[in-house]
Amino acid sequence: MEGIPQTLADLLDEFSFLDRTERVDYLIEYADQFENVPERIAVRPYPEERRVKRCESQAYVWAEDTDANAQKYYFAVENPQGISAKSFCAILDDTISGAPLEEVLRIPGDVVFDIYGKEISMGKGEGLLGILTSVQLFAREAAGRPRA
Amino acid sequence: MTDIASRGYSNPDVLVSTDWVADNLDNAGIRIVESNEDQLLYPSGHIAGAVQVDWAADLNDQLRRDYLNRDGFEALMSRSGISPETTVVFYGDRNNWWACYAYWVFQLFGHSDAKVMDGGRQKWEQEGRELVREVPTYDATNYSAPERNDASVRAFRDDVMAHLEAGGQLVDVRSPQEYSGERLHMPDFPNEGALRGGHIPTAKSIPWARAANPDDGTFKTAAELQEIYLNEQGLSPDGDTIAYCRIGERSSHTWFVLTHLLGFGNVRNYDGSWTEWGNLVNVPIEK
Repeated sequence: MEGIPQTLADLLDEFSFLDRTERVDYLIEYADQFENVPERIAVRPYPEERRVKRCESQAYVWAEDTDANAQKYYFAVENPQGISAKSFCAILDDTISGAPLEEVLRIPGDVVFDIYGKEISMGKGEGLLGILTSVQLFAREAAGRPRA
Repeated sequence: MTDIASRGYSNPDVLVSTDWVADNLDNAGIRIVESNEDQLLYPSGHIAGAVQVDWAADLNDQLRRDYLNRDGFEALMSRSGISPETTVVFYGDRNNWWACYAYWVFQLFGHSDAKVMDGGRQKWEQEGRELVREVPTYDATNYSAPERNDASVRAFRDDVMAHLEAGGQLVDVRSPQEYSGERLHMPDFPNEGALRGGHIPTAKSIPWARAANPDDGTFKTAAELQEIYLNEQGLSPDGDTIAYCRIGERSSHTWFVLTHLLGFGNVRNYDGSWTEWGNLVNVPIEK
């Protein structure tokens, strides 16, 4: 995957060597690290326009410009059983927050399957892809703004 | 939610409460089995002593589109510490969707001493009950299973065609958008596409989750279920019924409801479901 954020590329490389059990353990570590959006950015009830469409874990996404060509992404996952959503949000924050917008926009949806495996259910896959798509909508909008 | 025994189900013994499970955690004759859509849930925390049965890795054949065979089921039972005499109690995420799926697959091998924990994982968590990460190990059992018997609870495409021609009852448990053909599947999703949208002619649209209370994942009472399936949709417990969805998992939840909670006499789950029917050449489809 050329041109995607390097930290994410490194993580995908690591995942390619993991067996199923190791992958699950790794993802749970990420889920444990998940931090909900800080109150400085948003408080409950979170606005509907931030809600990720088709994600059954009630995930929300926010973005904050950190410099002219990068953003920090924030997430909320309201379903306590949304462990996969939490792990994916934590991975995205860890690997693409602060990355150049054009690299964020190059991330293909396939990363969901690279990380979670091709046997993931369609509903779960749709939800996780929806989270990535929401992040990329913010990146696209920021990339299209006139630079200061 | 009312007591299970007072809800009017035709077979209330197939359900147990979270209290019952909590009281039976140390009961050696019982094996608690968690089955989820989200593969991370069980390892992130589960009921103490529960084993995991994963729908993709454990219940499906890894080569053919089919369920595990007798050898595979025996091996799964053995490593889960389940004997033919063990009472298996299923629970899981999403209103017990996947728990019912596992329950249904177990019936292909005749493991009838099986129950579902009402409310599943959601209710257990809402009640603040303990979840642990320690994965239990049990002594391997020597489980001798019969050959898988698909005839009574599973329908194949030819069965569905014959059923359709005979005027049998069909229940489509997908979302209204899938039923209408407005929504097919996710573009580029690797496994679950269909070329045509719509539903099998005459199928009633009854999304599976209508059978559950959204607040705690418990099953609705028999009277509430009768209102939906019988009065509103006109299904008869005496008629032969086939339920389907996209790959046969959501419809196993409806199979459970119709068979055990409402006492329908003959219900089969068409696991080929829309990913087969919507790809078959020259079969009838309605929108």
